[in-house]
Amino acid sequence: MLRVEAATELGPLQLDIDVAVQPGECVALAGPSGAGKTSVLKVTAGLLRPDRGRVQANGEVWLDTARGVDVPAERRRCGYVFQHYALFPHLTAWQNVAYPLREIPRRQRRPRAVELLERFGLAERSSARPHTLSGGERQRVALARALARRPEVLLLDEPLSALDTRTRAEAARELGSVLRETEAPALLVTHDFAEAAQLGDRVGIIDAGQVVQLGTPSELAASPHSAFVADFTGAVVLTGTARAGAEGLTDVELDGGGMVRSTQPAEGPVAVSLYPWEIAIEAADGERHGSAQNRLVGEVISLTTVGNRVRLRLAVPQPLAAEITLASAERLDLRAGATVTATWKATATRLLAG
Amino acid sequence: MTRPGWFPIVLGLSLAVALTFLTLPVVAIFIDSSPADLIASLGEPGALDALRLSLRTTAISIGIILLVGTPAAYLMATRSFRGKALLVTLIELPLVLPPAVAGIGLLAAVGPAGILGGTVEAAGIELSLATAGVVVALTFVASPFYVRQAMTAFAAVDRTLFDASRTLGASEARGFLRVMIPVALPGLVAGMALALGRALGEFGATLMFAGSFQGITQTVPLAIYDRFSTEFESALALSAVLVAVSAAILLSVKLVQGGDALGGWRAE
Repeated sequence: MLRVEAATELGPLQLDIDVAVQPGECVALAGPSGAGKTSVLKVTAGLLRPDRGRVQANGEVWLDTARGVDVPAERRRCGYVFQHYALFPHLTAWQNVAYPLREIPRRQRRPRAVELLERFGLAERSSARPHTLSGGERQRVALARALARRPEVLLLDEPLSALDTRTRAEAARELGSVLRETEAPALLVTHDFAEAAQLGDRVGIIDAGQVVQLGTPSELAASPHSAFVADFTGAVVLTGTARAGAEGLTDVELDGGGMVRSTQPAEGPVAVSLYPWEIAIEAADGERHGSAQNRLVGEVISLTTVGNRVRLRLAVPQPLAAEITLASAERLDLRAGATVTATWKATATRLLAG
Repeated sequence: MTRPGWFPIVLGLSLAVALTFLTLPVVAIFIDSSPADLIASLGEPGALDALRLSLRTTAISIGIILLVGTPAAYLMATRSFRGKALLVTLIELPLVLPPAVAGIGLLAAVGPAGILGGTVEAAGIELSLATAGVVVALTFVASPFYVRQAMTAFAAVDRTLFDASRTLGASEARGFLRVMIPVALPGLVAGMALALGRALGEFGATLMFAGSFQGITQTVPLAIYDRFSTEFESALALSAVLVAVSAAILLSVKLVQGGDALGGWRAE
């Protein structure tokens, strides 16, 4: 098990976190850049000393500022995959992987390194230097190198962000299987919630140096504790003022105009959260039909086609993102500047104290 | 077709003037001395002594500079501390010191009557009018060239490479030797070449601090100066040798900088 507690000042940021990772588990910390994600990894690895903190890995104390314990980075068994991989440019792929292999006899280092590379399908690239490798190959060499010393803790800093979109899906699948196989607790940081949800058993949303919510990806998406978490998980967030309305529902007067209803009780300033795929689009002058309680008329600001889906940005007048199928978008003949009605159910309207 | 503007012509002319001015003296040395004369004058014992002494003292002083300068430059490049800018300026000061001032300074510091003269003498080291004095003079004037360049080279190395080395179980010393030095190597070699060129051509400080005695302190530049009024042919021949050696150094550095020698990884 890994437990990292740290409190420290990092320029304008006040880092204050406490995360525990079980053996075989991967906790993904997701948050915007500058939230202090990388600092959590650095504290764990011993590359950054917090003002106050404690790091414990598998019963061994690596850091305890209260007791003056601070094991140097080179003696903490961390497999650290850096954001841009930090492969040594003057060494070949196998030499990079063999760098940490100092506990085995010199003669066995190369075969062992090649064996590790083979696991990632890179055996025939073992004599290549990093600059001749593709992004995906570099990532795998970095992973092989981090695992070479049989780390007690695996740390991954944005392991997929340096890859292009096409390589990323493949690399994510591969990384996922590595994480499932490894017994070491893994801590991963990313700015992308989808990536965190895919790779992490649990996801911690980190904002301004604090983990604001920690849970399984579906927990976070279904019941975000705050507008920030909702927004970060990809939900639409509208602000307004709630009061009890008719039929046991809550009416929310939106800032800037418009009214929506929710099945959740709330009073006073609130954030309304829902997901883009929960919103249906109708022509503005269309007949009212179906059971959807919420109907907001707005202007289409932009349309982005993503595969067979279209992502719409609307002004209702607050910004609202909706996702519909390409077929529907074509049937409605949507274009920027058009006026449409966005509808969704009161049961899909989550209210968060603002 | 459009007529070329006046500006490209100005650029071209400037280059032509600069090139002529900078290469003419060098070319003249080789035109004035026929290959036969050259070899003949090198045959004289004084010239060979000077050449041998120059190479020996330069090699020793470069060795000292690399051994002490590399860790010192690394320390300065990777730590930030109060007064660092002042320290860097102090280290760079000999760069702008006139050679005569450097010679006087060395005499005042470690010369027979200098502030540390007694200590040096007590340690049984003969500096003035001795070969060791030449090494001291060369090291003094040449080391800032190396240290400055090495600092820049180390500072340019991505810190995460060093962090990666530590997370992979390597001590700071091992990271320094196995990662920092190899990655900074092209910059270190460039600094070494500058120092080498400066040491090989050193004249003023050596003359003032160590004197000009054949076989003991008379390096090639001193030998050239010694001869140019009486044996111009011989001075010319020694100059030609110095040009050849310097050109060889410059060329080998260019090759290393080009990255070919290191497999082209600098391209990243």
